[in-house]
Amino acid sequence: MENELKFHYMVHTSLDVVDEKISAMGKALVDQRELYLGLLYPTEDYKVYGYVTNSKVKFVMVVDSSNTALRDNEIRSMFRKLHNSYTDVMCNPFYNPGDRIQSRVFDNMVTSMMIQVC
Amino acid sequence: MEAAAGGGCGSGPSLLLSDGEQQCYSELFARCVGAASGGQGPGPAEAARVASGTASAAAGPVADLFRASQLPAETLHQITELCGAKRVGYFGPTQFYVALKLIAAAQSGLPVRIESIKCELPLPRFMMSKNDGEMRFGNPAELHGSKVQIPYLTTEKNSFKRMDDEEKQQETQSPTMSPLASPPSSPPHYQRVPLSHGYSKLRSSMEQMHPVPYEGRQPLVQPEGTSFGVSGAKPLRHQASLIRSFSVERELQDNNSNYPDEPWRITEEQREYYINQFRSLQPDPSSFISGSVAKNFFTKSKLSIPELSYIWELSDADCDGALTLPEFCAAFHLIVARKNGYPLPEGLPPTLQPEYLQAAFPKPKWECALFDSYSESMLTNQQACDLNGMETSVKDMADFPAPTQDVTGDDKQALKSTLTEALPKDVPEDPATPKDSNSLKARPRSRSYSSTSIEEAMKRGEDPPTPPPRPQKTHSRASSLDLNKVFQPSVPATKSGLLPPPPALPPRPCPSQQPEQVSEAELPPQLNRAPSQAAESSPAKKDVSYSQPPSKPIRRKFRPENQSTESQEPSTAVGGPASGATVKPHPTVQKQSSKQKKAIQTAIRKNKEANAVLARLNSELQQQLKEVHQERIALENQLEQLRPVTVL
Repeated sequence: MENELKFHYMVHTSLDVVDEKISAMGKALVDQRELYLGLLYPTEDYKVYGYVTNSKVKFVMVVDSSNTALRDNEIRSMFRKLHNSYTDVMCNPFYNPGDRIQSRVFDNMVTSMMIQVC
Repeated sequence: MEAAAGGGCGSGPSLLLSDGEQQCYSELFARCVGAASGGQGPGPAEAARVASGTASAAAGPVADLFRASQLPAETLHQITELCGAKRVGYFGPTQFYVALKLIAAAQSGLPVRIESIKCELPLPRFMMSKNDGEMRFGNPAELHGSKVQIPYLTTEKNSFKRMDDEEKQQETQSPTMSPLASPPSSPPHYQRVPLSHGYSKLRSSMEQMHPVPYEGRQPLVQPEGTSFGVSGAKPLRHQASLIRSFSVERELQDNNSNYPDEPWRITEEQREYYINQFRSLQPDPSSFISGSVAKNFFTKSKLSIPELSYIWELSDADCDGALTLPEFCAAFHLIVARKNGYPLPEGLPPTLQPEYLQAAFPKPKWECALFDSYSESMLTNQQACDLNGMETSVKDMADFPAPTQDVTGDDKQALKSTLTEALPKDVPEDPATPKDSNSLKARPRSRSYSSTSIEEAMKRGEDPPTPPPRPQKTHSRASSLDLNKVFQPSVPATKSGLLPPPPALPPRPCPSQQPEQVSEAELPPQLNRAPSQAAESSPAKKDVSYSQPPSKPIRRKFRPENQSTESQEPSTAVGGPASGATVKPHPTVQKQSSKQKKAIQTAIRKNKEANAVLARLNSELQQQLKEVHQERIALENQLEQLRPVTVL
């Protein structure tokens, strides 16, 4: 429970960093901006990665620092998978954007991804 | 054990039962008692005791059993009287045994008398009929060649109890039985047989059950074999065990039996229903239904949003936010299943996957597909009756055998009309009796889908909400008139008079002579009825109207549509006299003149309403236009005032 809160907090604060990053390239057209934002900031225990979609939906990934095996391109691919699953979820007409995602497919994908990494 | 116990009850007419008979009868008695009291008695020993004890079989299962003997009702009455059940008021073991003996006698052609039972008789034969619809047929088990059908429902206390009981009996018998009796395997085999026993009571009728487990009896196991007692030559015991194994049904030559998930297979009538629904949403069978349209439609099923969302996830295989026909059928089927209580699967069942559906049910043309698929499945009147019956007995699963012609709701009628159209065609096509292998294939599905048929009915029951949206849809989408054409061929015909080739309309290729004018006729009034949707529909219509081929009925529909929205007044005005004029040349087309008039009047009324609304809209827009003009004038003045300053 505590961990959950901690992660929530971390993600929340990282949103600021994400905003910074997008606004930094703000003048440039959206197309030129890359979706993958890379390492947002490292803390002692964790590293936080960010990804923004073209519709300004932000994905934030918190990774254990001790997990050194995880390389950048792996993170990129994970974000890509997330993005794809997210678009699949959006395709569902019964899903209202902004709702909590309750798609089983999405959950399965995320779980499998996390298991793969750990 | 059983024999002794069975022979023990000797009050009433004295009975001499052979071993086989005793076993058989006590078996049957146990079943009747068990079925009646649903799961009473724990162990096999007790079951045995129950058979011979003081318990009495309830009238229900006993009556079913007697009916399964296929004797005329009169005879059955006589038997009941004679055996003493009427006298004592219940079917005790004695009465039951006497009754069974009498049944055997009657089946052998002897008169129904007490004297008849004194002689040696073959065992009575029963065709088990299914009482209860809620069965799911599993696949024929690959059980060393035995084609046992393993239903899915597995939790029947009765059956388990009986299984123990019968296993015991079988085991004791097996040493004495000929090799014929013991199937090539295995304990599992034995177990499965009793499972099927338990289910025998649960099945609704029209199907003939065959003794399955005994491979030696291949001829009996054939679907054509309708009676068990074929082999007089076999030992009685053998027969007893066979008869005991009443109700297992075989799905012969079931090409689709690769998939062990019958509840997820779509039957023919379901398929057609889904296709019709698809058409109502999207007339072109090869294109898709958009997400929002599908969402509205499925929301009517009153399932929760998360469930619908999950169903969508399952069925939209390519995740494109739209449903093709097979995807739609799968989704619909899942919804129907869910509404009937089946839990949603974790993944899309193989029988519901789009490739499978497309392969299994290729859809050449809509109309043809309907009738073709009907002729494929052995839909005889029975199934039709089922269907009709199901339409009304939504909640009551037990009503299957009783087809009712009660149809409520426009959709049901519409659907029925197509079905009844199809059925008469089918009946001559398929005069084969239920022994046709295809029929077996389809019928078991219908039987196993008795629940799904109910689902259909329930779904249809949900459909009464649908009619209200439909008329609107006909406003906005002219193509939906195809639907009307299909479902109410007569009505559009009568509406032919409504087709007003308004003077504004350019080359109208002889609409009065085309059969399609029927649908065209509907268009103008219906379009006029859709003021609110005119905006969204008109771009679509205009696009289509600019497409050429006047020869194509669809296109022609759009044209009058489009122009009638633009010129509503003339159309409605012309519609009146034109209808009179055009009606006359088609006396043959008018079958229901009163309905036609009413239709015309409603159309006129709706047109007028639409006119009023549009007029109001027009005035408002004019107002806005004036205001904008004034603003513009003001701004121009300001500009002029400022200009001399800047110039200098």
